[in-house]
Amino acid sequence: MPGVAGAERLLGEVEEAEAALREAAERELDGEASFDAVIAADQKIEPRDAMPDAYRAGLIRQIAQHAHSEIIGMQPEGNWISRAPSLRRKAILLAKVQDEAGHGLYLYAAAETLGVSRQELDTALLTGKQKYSSIFNYPTLSWADMGAIGWLVDGAAIVNQVPLCRCSYGPYARAMIRVCKEESFHQRQGYQSLYVLAQGTPAQRAMAQDAVDRWWYPSLAMFGPPDADSTHSAQSMAWKVKRFSNDELRQRFVDMCVPQAEILGLTLPDPDLTWNEQRGHYDYTAPDFEELMRVVKGDGPCNRQRMAHRNRAHEEGAWVREAAAAYAEKNRKAVA
Amino acid sequence: MTSDVPLWEVFVRARRGLAHTHAGSLHAPDADMALRHARDLYTRRQEGVSIWVVPATEITASSPDEKDSFFDPAADKIYRHPTFYELPEGVAHL
Repeated sequence: MPGVAGAERLLGEVEEAEAALREAAERELDGEASFDAVIAADQKIEPRDAMPDAYRAGLIRQIAQHAHSEIIGMQPEGNWISRAPSLRRKAILLAKVQDEAGHGLYLYAAAETLGVSRQELDTALLTGKQKYSSIFNYPTLSWADMGAIGWLVDGAAIVNQVPLCRCSYGPYARAMIRVCKEESFHQRQGYQSLYVLAQGTPAQRAMAQDAVDRWWYPSLAMFGPPDADSTHSAQSMAWKVKRFSNDELRQRFVDMCVPQAEILGLTLPDPDLTWNEQRGHYDYTAPDFEELMRVVKGDGPCNRQRMAHRNRAHEEGAWVREAAAAYAEKNRKAVA
Repeated sequence: MTSDVPLWEVFVRARRGLAHTHAGSLHAPDADMALRHARDLYTRRQEGVSIWVVPATEITASSPDEKDSFFDPAADKIYRHPTFYELPEGVAHL
């Protein structure tokens, strides 16, 4: 199978971010290690450092939303675990979904260092007070969706997340380095799975194309509203939480995907996708941002189903948490 | 419901010969569960050969507010470093 050059380059950037973190940590700060001085020196803010309230609140919102996305993100793919076409594909899918649970937990732990409790975070997800990525409100209709999600959805997630490895908040940056390294497997397994289908029978090929047709625009929408309408961006850039604008990252993703689609022999569903020599980028059709807003507000194809499932899983798991707590309490008393 | 589940800090030894390093944290009702969760959460790709879990409440940390008074006394004791000492020409093995 041909290599995925974009993914290799992104993984290189994760390693560079990790090296930069170590290098910045070695540098002496001149004078007072105030919040602004640490940010200016590209060093990391750590949990017990003084920080502006808005920095703390913004990070909690962003990290929590990210963690919730990982947790809800297990559902669309969990849908196909029992119907994977082979034991090999099933093992891969299980490992991927398990990683997503893990990523959610790394991120919850990072959010908790900012003073929010796990219970508050759980409740915010279960009641819909905090959101998760709108992409997980789309249904997974065929096996090829597992490939398309890995390639496009995880691909978009990586493009979004790689710059977060350089985020100014230490626990978030460290969690993202870990997440991105693991995420690369997700993208490659998806691409490879789609490649196999695209080389298969006409029916398999049609299934792969159909999946790409359905996931392309929702994936583009994952980068959020266009820069002109993005509410959190400017401050977030100044504080070095965010490093690139929504539109910059979206463009980067499009530029990566076009040659990858050619190798797959599949078509991206955009008749206006053309190379713009002057800009040095592909021109493309923007996703439907009104649809994005509708889905974010709760009116996507699967919003209710995802929330109902998460709440049911939480309630049905209550007896496990209670039993584990009772057992721990019994042992604690036996020792005392 | 999850509020009472204690927080644990996880330390992983990557390979024989290296020290345990802080990997992250997790919630678990007791030490056995914490260790099992730590295995699933932090060593899915052979990142470790040994794990410690420590109740987060058992860790006493120095405060960033006291950082100066706590660590600065070491700053003016440059005579603790071997480079402080100038040696005569030609001295070897020192």
